[in-house]
Amino acid sequence: MLELREVARRVGAQTHIHPTSLALRQGEFNVLLGTTLAGKTTLMQLMAGLVPPSAGAVWFGGRDVTRVPVQQRKVAMVFQQFINYPNQTVFENIASPLRVARTAEAEVRSRVGHIAELLQLGPFLARRPAELSGGQQQRTALARALVKDADLVLLDEPLANLDYKLREGLREELPRLFAGRACTVVYATTEPSEALLLGGYTATVHEGRITQYGPNGVVYREPADLVTAKVFSDPPINVAQVTKSGRRFHLSAQVSWPAEGRLGELPDGPYTVGLRPHNVLRAAGKDGGVPVDCRVLIAEISGSESVVHFDLGGMAWVSQSHGVHGFKVGAMARFELDVSRCLYFAPDGARVGG
Amino acid sequence: MARIRLEKLRHSYVAAPARDADWALKDLDVQWDDGGAYALLGPSGCGKTTLLNIVSGLLRPTSGRVRFGDEDVTDRAPDQRNIAQVFQFPVVYDTMSVYDNLAFPLRNRGVPEAEVDPRVREIAALLDLDAMLAQRAAGLTADGKQKISLGRGLVRSDVNVIMFDEPLTVIDPHLKWRLRSKLKELHQRIGLTMIYVTHDQTEAMTFADQVVVMHEGAVVQIGSPVELFERPRHTFVGHFIGSPGMNILPCEVRDGVARFAGMAVPTANRAAGVASGARTEIGVRPEFVRFADQGIPVRVVRVADAGRHRIVETRHSDSVIRVLLGEHQAVPAHTAHLAFDPAFTQLYADGWLAGEAR
Amino acid sequence: MSAKTVNQRAWWLVLPVVVLVGFNAVIPLMTVVNYSVQETFGNNRFFFEGVKWFSEVVHSGRFHDSLKRQLIFTAIILAIEIPLGVAIALAMPRKGFWASVCLVLMSMPLLIPWNVVGAMWNIFALPDIGLLGWTLNKLGLDYNYTRQPFAAWVTLIAMDVWHWTSLVALLAYAGLSAIPDAYYQAAKIDGASGWAVLRYVQLPKLKHVLTIAVLLRFMDSFMIYTEPVVLTGGGPGNATTLLSIDLVKVALGQFDLGPAAAMSLIYFLIILLLSWLFYRVMTLGEED
Repeated sequence: MLELREVARRVGAQTHIHPTSLALRQGEFNVLLGTTLAGKTTLMQLMAGLVPPSAGAVWFGGRDVTRVPVQQRKVAMVFQQFINYPNQTVFENIASPLRVARTAEAEVRSRVGHIAELLQLGPFLARRPAELSGGQQQRTALARALVKDADLVLLDEPLANLDYKLREGLREELPRLFAGRACTVVYATTEPSEALLLGGYTATVHEGRITQYGPNGVVYREPADLVTAKVFSDPPINVAQVTKSGRRFHLSAQVSWPAEGRLGELPDGPYTVGLRPHNVLRAAGKDGGVPVDCRVLIAEISGSESVVHFDLGGMAWVSQSHGVHGFKVGAMARFELDVSRCLYFAPDGARVGG
Repeated sequence: MARIRLEKLRHSYVAAPARDADWALKDLDVQWDDGGAYALLGPSGCGKTTLLNIVSGLLRPTSGRVRFGDEDVTDRAPDQRNIAQVFQFPVVYDTMSVYDNLAFPLRNRGVPEAEVDPRVREIAALLDLDAMLAQRAAGLTADGKQKISLGRGLVRSDVNVIMFDEPLTVIDPHLKWRLRSKLKELHQRIGLTMIYVTHDQTEAMTFADQVVVMHEGAVVQIGSPVELFERPRHTFVGHFIGSPGMNILPCEVRDGVARFAGMAVPTANRAAGVASGARTEIGVRPEFVRFADQGIPVRVVRVADAGRHRIVETRHSDSVIRVLLGEHQAVPAHTAHLAFDPAFTQLYADGWLAGEAR
Repeated sequence: MSAKTVNQRAWWLVLPVVVLVGFNAVIPLMTVVNYSVQETFGNNRFFFEGVKWFSEVVHSGRFHDSLKRQLIFTAIILAIEIPLGVAIALAMPRKGFWASVCLVLMSMPLLIPWNVVGAMWNIFALPDIGLLGWTLNKLGLDYNYTRQPFAAWVTLIAMDVWHWTSLVALLAYAGLSAIPDAYYQAAKIDGASGWAVLRYVQLPKLKHVLTIAVLLRFMDSFMIYTEPVVLTGGGPGNATTLLSIDLVKVALGQFDLGPAAAMSLIYFLIILLLSWLFYRVMTLGEED
């Protein structure tokens, strides 16, 4: 099990990673979710031992491995740009870590064969990476990482350079490939939907800090603070300022709703409310839906859903609903806010309810 | 300029193409009307960028003609076709300021400075670049640079078509969304013809009024996002569009009715006229499959949580059938029955929609 | 500073190189510094003289003259070779059979040993038996580089341009090949003329490559020795006595070790200073 204990990384005057502690789960997919430059790659490099931490220690399997050089750790890494040895065949590429470890030839052949079967690379073993498609090249890189039987497998946005359909396919395969192995898997991505679909645990990373780490469902539905909620939303979460007075939340003079249950016990005052676009729907008279009449700004209708941007008291809010609905740009339309799904944040950003 | 027409377009990058695989574009006939938003959608290597470059004039087709309105422009250079193109990687002139970048195409064409200034400012305001006009273009983020690329196209008053070659590739995911909406907004406001090449179906489906789906150099289907979603003419379209894609299940046809898992499955299109020996399949999207008390027996294998909905993977013997459930709908535990919505279930023969002319 | 997870054994592998460099470079350099502050009258007896040699060199008219010649030479070389090299690179085809042919032709002058280059041009430019010299004289020009200072300069510069422009051309070619096609395509669509493409697309993208080319050519031309010595020997008179040639004359010709050592150090410092200045100017305004 991999642990980062108060690990920090500073380069010159810039702090890339603020002192962070993280205990990853073994046998689970651990996703690092954040925007580009949030620090995901740096964190992975720290975990692998490719860069030394400026402070703190890295522990693995109960041992302090901070000073252990990366070649001696059993780590495998897959990168965004399909990294393969260009002059070697696919077979040799996959076999390379085994050859470095001086494994017997018979065992090399059997293990490479097994992994190649698993990743559907059987017919391509004699080819060079340049002759393969992007998806196949990435599978080769994955195979090389898997054949090693490493304790820690790091995947840095491995699907980002692939066609979206290929991405979908590989994304489904990945958890299956790693199921039943005892290694710790860390997967970095910028897309919340990917984090959700991969299953497992998610750590949201923002500006060099890990804002929350926990099971996917928890981080998604119970974010610790506004930053986590924003990182873990695509399309971006709708945000507005509300005031609580009496036992109601007031968004504007016309729009308010009752503060139910525990929310009613919060102190009166200003709060920030976050509501994901799929909880803002076309008015259908649903129970608990708070209607708002707004002007439509942009209507994006795809085959299966309607994404509508509208003006909510000066803020641009977004609604995402299944099905195709006609919306006229510039006209007023009625939307419903499913306030039972609202997340409430105190002025300092911490979540207080929802 | 009225419409863009591509007639019998074929293109090969190889000097002497012999086999089918040597042709990047195989016999295309496409027409685009003025002012529409179009998308060219397909996986890598399907020929969409080749097609785009032929329309813009950066590439001369091996055979076939390109017409803008009634004029044959096949032999004309890009700057004579009144088009603008935004590339995958933001192209800005590093040494110039944002203002000069936007003014560049106008100045090259000899437009007097007095006309250049208001035009540049107008476009900069449209793209939210007006605060940065004096800055050096090289210092902007990727999405700012792409806006400059776009602005250079918009600033010319003679532009009739703007083409986008996977323009959101290098944009940060959380900004991708904003820029995409911006493009849609621009189209709704300005009404120029826009052709957008992408492999991402979400981008294509939200942006375009008409989508051209391409596969291996040929056009598979042209239609509105709704048509492509509800009635794909080819299993490839069903598979490629939609996340997750359409469920495609091998079936047999008896007495004019499709049968799967020993049961009759009512389909929207008729099974009559299916050639014997053809490979028949049923296509139904996960959105139109639901759990029911009776129907096709399946066992529930996996549930993936996508936030706003859940994708349930079920299996019937070797076939995988996916079901889309809302965030808070119950998922059956082990075994269940599935019902397909007949209005959105189609029968396919050899990949194509049964009973339709190809 | 944190401890690195590096293999400590690597230091042992570096040791032989350190010893070698120390022996061949550091110790002789220290010797030069030693000589530069001492005076000898032979018999291995040395007297400490402090900065006497330095001030003598700095004030000597002879040093000023050769420094002036050197600066003029380097300036002319850079002014010719950099634009010419870039122009050649722009003209060279990017792909195909002829691209390989051009690359090979461009590499050839760089492969010839420098003293052979000097010897080649020495004979080539001789007014009586050299092809160039003889042709020029036949065309009516009164050309004799062994006697006329101006002719000697022209020949020297021509030789250096012939020898080294290829380096600039090859570097610029590599830089141009790295420019993605999209830039040219966008410029075409923007209606940019050839000059505009050069000015706004190609030259800005060549900036890093040109910085390297300018630095390399500056340092090499400032330190040049073999070719001019073989070509003209510094003559006629001292018309082409550049700094390095003068230094050798002082050190080995007159065996004045003290002034020679002082001159070497000043020479070294001048190159260091000017290179640094060049580098700062060329990378001005760049963020890290």
